[in-house]
Amino acid sequence: MCTRTVSTLARALESAGIATVSLLSNRKQAEGIGPPRGLYCEFPLGRPLGKPLDPVYQRRVLDAAFALLPRRDGPVLVDFPDVIEDEADQPLACPIPPRLDPNEVAAVAEARALRPAYERGLARSGAPQVGRVVDADGIPEAIRPFAAVVVGAQWNAVAYPGSDVAALLLDIRAYYETAALGLAEHVPAARASESWYHRKTSMGELLRRYFEIVKQADPPFPGLFYLIPMSQTDAELF
Amino acid sequence: MTADSVLRARVGAIPPGFDFPPVTLVAAPPLARATVAIVTTAALSHPGEPWADQSHDYRLFASDDERLLLAHNSTNFDRSGFALDRNVVYPIDRLREMESEKTIGRVAPRHASFIGSTFELGTFLLDTGPRLAAELRRDGVDVALLTPV
Repeated sequence: MCTRTVSTLARALESAGIATVSLLSNRKQAEGIGPPRGLYCEFPLGRPLGKPLDPVYQRRVLDAAFALLPRRDGPVLVDFPDVIEDEADQPLACPIPPRLDPNEVAAVAEARALRPAYERGLARSGAPQVGRVVDADGIPEAIRPFAAVVVGAQWNAVAYPGSDVAALLLDIRAYYETAALGLAEHVPAARASESWYHRKTSMGELLRRYFEIVKQADPPFPGLFYLIPMSQTDAELF
Repeated sequence: MTADSVLRARVGAIPPGFDFPPVTLVAAPPLARATVAIVTTAALSHPGEPWADQSHDYRLFASDDERLLLAHNSTNFDRSGFALDRNVVYPIDRLREMESEKTIGRVAPRHASFIGSTFELGTFLLDTGPRLAAELRRDGVDVALLTPV
């Protein structure tokens, strides 16, 4: 969806006298709207400059985009020559710490045990990506309402920290994916840590069970689309 | 097919829902004299300030802001890249390097973020886009680099 917004905003800025160059991640959307000067990059969604921690590659992309700046015969839509694909079908191979407390909810215990890996991942990354509604200290307890629903509570009868379930789940996912960066020693391919989180962890399993319950709930659960990526479920979300 | 190619095909089929007028391309200054701002749809935020779904608004961030969170509410894109290196979405360090080597004239003092999951596009074109343009022009911006997620 972002290419629609980028393309529209580029038109608005250009009309107001600011010259624009746009990186675009969906060619068909760009063709439909016509941003003034666009560089279509078939890179993983979420990585519009292609490769994290690769300044030379990022610079290649920027140079190709800024090379369009003198053009006035637009809309101009040019393809960057490289294609980089996601690897959602290959979950990151990360060891998960052993469960130390068999009486604790598995995902809560898992999140606690992943804290050292989270701190290592944070040291590799820039600014913390947990913090929409809870910080890293709050993650294990933030998992409890989802566990309560799985064992029988109504989805709307439990208290979610911050009351924004989608934002809370993104904080939990960010915590796990940061921990994955601490467990991996390389730059993960796009969506590899997403697939590790959803398919290999206790939290991922808990979330799938939560999803199966709330998608049939009465009253209906708002925002099923924001619970699980389309790549991680066969459910029709779109 | 990869997860991204499936998603591209599905969202690519959504019509713009708006008849876009012809666009006239302005004469850009030479890049070496341009003041360049980043405009991203990554829903950048500070901690504790999540974005509302379907928002048309924008937020401005100083070029030296180090507390940026990728707060986009869609689950359907990779987030590990930004966690490792914000420049893969928000190439502020690359622009600084280009300023140092005089490839661009100047990095703008402020940069903007929208959230890119909003269906209705007319408000961006007619309201918040022009308002942002006026703010950026007051900062001396004459070139904008736009990035999606």
